[in-house]
Amino acid sequence: MNEPAAGRARLLIVDDNKVNRLLLARNLELQGHSVAAAENGRVALEMLHGERFDLVLLDMEMPEMNGFEMLERMVGDLQLRDLPVIVTSSLEDTGSVVRCIELGAEDYLPKPVNPVLLRARINASLEKKRLRDQQKAMMRRFATPEVAQDLQRSGFALGGKRVRASVMFSDIRGFTPLAESQPPEETIELLNTYYTLMFDAISGHGGIVSQMAGDGLMAIFGAPLALPDHCEAAVRAALEMIDLIRLFNAEQAAAGKPQIRIGVGIASGDMVAGYTGTNERATYTCIGDTVNLASRLEAHTKVAARAILIDGATHADLRGVDVESLGSVEIRGKSQPVDVFAVAAPAQQG
Amino acid sequence: MTPPTIDTATFDELKTTAGADFVRELVDTLLVEAPLMLDEMRTALGEHSVERLRRAAHSLKSNGMTFGALELAASARDLEVRAAEIVASGDATPLDALAQRYAAAATALAELTRE
Repeated sequence: MNEPAAGRARLLIVDDNKVNRLLLARNLELQGHSVAAAENGRVALEMLHGERFDLVLLDMEMPEMNGFEMLERMVGDLQLRDLPVIVTSSLEDTGSVVRCIELGAEDYLPKPVNPVLLRARINASLEKKRLRDQQKAMMRRFATPEVAQDLQRSGFALGGKRVRASVMFSDIRGFTPLAESQPPEETIELLNTYYTLMFDAISGHGGIVSQMAGDGLMAIFGAPLALPDHCEAAVRAALEMIDLIRLFNAEQAAAGKPQIRIGVGIASGDMVAGYTGTNERATYTCIGDTVNLASRLEAHTKVAARAILIDGATHADLRGVDVESLGSVEIRGKSQPVDVFAVAAPAQQG
Repeated sequence: MTPPTIDTATFDELKTTAGADFVRELVDTLLVEAPLMLDEMRTALGEHSVERLRRAAHSLKSNGMTFGALELAASARDLEVRAAEIVASGDATPLDALAQRYAAAATALAELTRE
C-alpha cells in the first residue's frame, strides 16, 4: 500500500450539507490535499470500499446513515478499522463527542472548522497513520497475510487454541549433495525460486507456510482461519507443488542446471495452533501428534519412494484423488502402526 | 443596539481563508440549499418527525455559524433544541421566525458578496 506523499493525502468528506462539503473541500484543497465527498455514511462506506483514502472527515448528523452508525461499521470492518476519522460537527453535548472518540474517531473539530486547527489535526492524524502503515508493512513482510490479519483482529498473545486442520511438511530430496555441487549463490537462487513456487501452491489452496528451515517447510491448512475442506486443500496443494517442480525441472534441464525432487507428508486432525516463542520473538505454528505424524510421513517418503504420503484421517476426507494404500506402517515415535496412503502424483523429473 | 445580521469579522475571515470568489459561490449555494432546509422543516412538522426537524435545523444552524449569520444560527439552534416540543405543539411560529431570519441573512449576504 502506498504511503501518502508528505503533506498530500486523499481525503473523504462525509457531510449531508452541501455548503459544509464545499467549504471543507476548499480548505483541504488549499492545504494541498486531494478530496472526494459523500452526502451520508452509506455512500461513504461504498466509496471507502472502492477507493483508497488516507483519512475521513465525518459529520455526525446525516440522513440514511449517520456518523455514529458509520463509525460502528468501520470498527467492525478489518479493511477500514485503522483508517483515521476526524469528526467535524456542531454537536453541542459532550456525551456525543465522547461517544465519537469511544467509537474510534481520532479527533473532534467543532464547526465552523478553523482552517489552522484543521491543518494541525490532519497532519497529526496522517503522521500516526503513516507509522501504523509502516508497522503493518513490517508485519506483512515477516508473517503471512492470514497471520497478519489474525494479529490485527485478535492482537498478539502467546498460547494457542485447539483447531482441526491439516499439516504439511515438505523438503527437497538430496539437498545437501546438491548444495555442495554448485556455488552458494546458485543454491540461494534455487531455494528462492523453490519457495516462491511452493508458497504459490500452498496459499492458492488456502494454506499458510508457518515455518521454513533450509530446504524444508511446514504449512497449515485450517488455521488461523478455518478451512472447511482442509484435507482436500492440503492434498491439492501438494499435487500442484509436484506439478510446479516438474515445470521447474524442465527449465533447469534446458539450462543445464540440476533438477530437484520433493517429498511431502500430510496429516490431519486436532492440534493446538497459536503463537510460540517469547513476547519479543514468536512464530505462528501448530503442535500436537498430528504435526509429528506429518513430519514422520514426509521422512517416510524416502523409504516408500513416493512423493506424497498422507494419513488415514486425510484420506477419509478426500474426494476424487487417486490414492494407494500402503497398509499399516511402523512410524518412528508412534507406538502403533499407522495407516499410510500414497497419493498418485506425476513424475517430478523429465 | 440591534446586533448586525452578519458578523463581518466572521465573514471577512471566511473570505481571507477561502477566497472572495469562492465565498461568493458558497453564498449562492446557501441561497439554493437553505430554502430546501426550511421546506424540509415544514414537511417534518406536518409529518410529526422530530428527527427530521432537528436535523434540518442543525444543518441550517451550522451554515449560519459559517457565514457569521448569528441570529439565524441562534434561531435555528432554538429549533434544534426544542424540536420535540415544537412537533408536539404543531406550532409553526418558530419556523416562520426562522424563515424571517434567513430572509434577512440572505439579503445581507447577497449585498456583502456584491461589494
